[in-house]
Amino acid sequence: MAGFFKKLYNKVTNRADIDWEEIEAELIGADLGARTSMEIVDELQNLGRKIDADDIIDVTRRHIAEILPADPAPIAPREDGKPFVILVVGVNGTGKTTSTAKLAKLLKNQGHSVLLAAADTFRAAAVEQLERWSQRLEIDMVKGPPNADPSSVCYKAHQKAITDGYQFLICDTAGRIHTRHNLMEELGKIHRTISKQDDSAPHMNLIVVDATTGGNALVQAKEFNKAIDLDGLIITKLDGSGKGGVGVIIQKELGIPPRYIGLGEEPEQFKAFDRDEFVSEII
Amino acid sequence: MFNALSESLDNTFRNLRGVGKISEKNITDALREVRLSLLEADVEFSVAKAFIATVKEQAMGEKVMKSIKPGEQIVKIFNDELTKLLGGDQAPMDLNPPAHILICGLNGAGKTTTSAKLALRLKKDGRRPLLIACDLYRPAAIDQLKTLAEQVEVPCFAPEAGETDVLKVAKQALSWAKEQNGTVLIFDTAGRQEVDETLIEELKQLNKLIEPKETLLVADSATGQQAVSVAQSFDAAVGLTGIVLTKLDGDARGGAALSMRAVTGKPIKYIGEGEKMDQFTEFYPDRMASRILGMGDIVSMVEHA
Ligand SMILES: Nc1nc2c(ncn2[C@@H]2O[C@H](COP(=O)(O)OP(=O)(O)OP(=O)(O)O)[C@@H](O)[C@H]2O)c(=O)[nH]1
Ligand SMILES: Nc1nc2c(ncn2[C@@H]2O[C@H](COP(=O)(O)OP(=O)(O)OP(=O)(O)O)[C@@H](O)[C@H]2O)c(=O)[nH]1
Ligand SMILES: [Mg+2]
Ligand SMILES: [Mg+2]
Repeated sequence: MAGFFKKLYNKVTNRADIDWEEIEAELIGADLGARTSMEIVDELQNLGRKIDADDIIDVTRRHIAEILPADPAPIAPREDGKPFVILVVGVNGTGKTTSTAKLAKLLKNQGHSVLLAAADTFRAAAVEQLERWSQRLEIDMVKGPPNADPSSVCYKAHQKAITDGYQFLICDTAGRIHTRHNLMEELGKIHRTISKQDDSAPHMNLIVVDATTGGNALVQAKEFNKAIDLDGLIITKLDGSGKGGVGVIIQKELGIPPRYIGLGEEPEQFKAFDRDEFVSEII
Repeated sequence: MFNALSESLDNTFRNLRGVGKISEKNITDALREVRLSLLEADVEFSVAKAFIATVKEQAMGEKVMKSIKPGEQIVKIFNDELTKLLGGDQAPMDLNPPAHILICGLNGAGKTTTSAKLALRLKKDGRRPLLIACDLYRPAAIDQLKTLAEQVEVPCFAPEAGETDVLKVAKQALSWAKEQNGTVLIFDTAGRQEVDETLIEELKQLNKLIEPKETLLVADSATGQQAVSVAQSFDAAVGLTGIVLTKLDGDARGGAALSMRAVTGKPIKYIGEGEKMDQFTEFYPDRMASRILGMGDIVSMVEHA
């Protein structure tokens, strides 16, 4: 049992009456939100019998597991040989550039050829950051001149990916706060540009969400989903104290499933989302 | 014009009126709405609970009981108390020489950006700030600070590529600073999770070496329930003197501010409201309070009623 519920577990086993508020507090502490937490507490109360710590864990895990979909099949190269294009988006500082590099490494380790596009042309040294990763991981990267239009960088990278036969193209984008209309428009433009050379592209739009984020993560996902249809979530910084409960809420409210998780700053600290593991870690 | 919170409170009380006298129990029930609102704003559970208890006493007063719009009154009490708590003992920055400022926080919170913004702000105030790059870990972190330093035209100490010893860098920077004729030294550090003991230990060592007058925790305004653990851990490690809240240009309700303020007692000194170097200002407790409660003009409406 992950440390999280241990304290509570001991309390419940030693005590006749249940402190419902305390249980709720633990659930809210995982950023599951007040409403989902209350639903779980209701479910427990509705069992209509004396509950013990195992009930709490079982009900909570089942409730969360029911919200989350079964793990999707891993992404695979396209059969027609054209590049599978992944667009990585999100608000500032969530871990897009790092996750872009990590995902590229994951795919490379599976034997696929990957190209990176440094389409954050805005933030100071963002291109250099991805470039360092590309050198370190030995993965090719396309960049533009300083302050280039991010769409044109993606276009150029896509062109290269098609011509040179890369199986995957991953585009890192600048962090943008979802309330900034013009920046969200820019994202739409990047998206349209990528579809110019292949109208099925991009094939996967991933939003990166920081596990430490509270309720605003849902708003972030909602707004990005309006600008470009999101296909999945990367939940980063799960090595910290954040439990990433917002991932559950985002799936519940928007139907956008978690696809990958980040567990540290090192390139191998990244993997495909595993529902059972996530559910057992959250409580 | 009414926001959801005060409206639902008003409805609660309206229903009660039909029943008869407003009682303590009624108020307790009504305060559930406020509690939910605080939780939805990401105020930490126990902080929200304690806060509700403090305010309940006041809400029991005559004014609320007899008011035509008790919901608004309750919200106003909350707002006033929140403002008090968020803004209490606001301390100015201690910039007496040797003025060393240590910038720390979780990964991606906005430390490097804040370091440069603060440098610009201090420069405008007539000081001579220097920026020191102590993030030897994140790829291109040094380039990032160097670029921003150029933008704000502040000298920057950039360690050699491949250097991994933060203490060595800090020592070099301290002697470099002597030649630079600067008056305030701002140390940008690597992002770290508060549960990462190795990196927290590194921060402690750096803290011991540079003996900062100000140690600022940079925190994302969208932080959730972990805000308390984050603020307490950094405070325990290096003794915070204040908090900088970033990314307030978004629409996060910012309950983390209250949580961190409540558990550490450290003032929120500045806020970041954008990626541009001048999008950095003093913290206004009253605006933050309204934001946490998720209400627009309700307070001024009550005041002018
Ligand atoms: N501990 C931890 N840190 C992470 C993880 N993923 C990313 N980071 C760190 O988070 C910080 C921000 O990561 P970036 O990849 O630069 O984030 P970004 O979303 O590209 O940021 P912007 O482009 O500025 O919006 C860096 O310090 C990364 O090393 C993770 O899973 N765990
Ligand atoms: N919208 C907005 N973005 C901000 C603000 N402050 C910082 N940022 C952005 O947030 C992202 C992360 O900022 P950094 O300054 O690199 O954060 P950091 O804490 O130094 O990151 P690490 O060193 O990797 O831990 C960048 O994209 C910044 O431009 C702010 O107030 N508003
Ligand atoms: Mg980036
Ligand atoms: Mg930094």
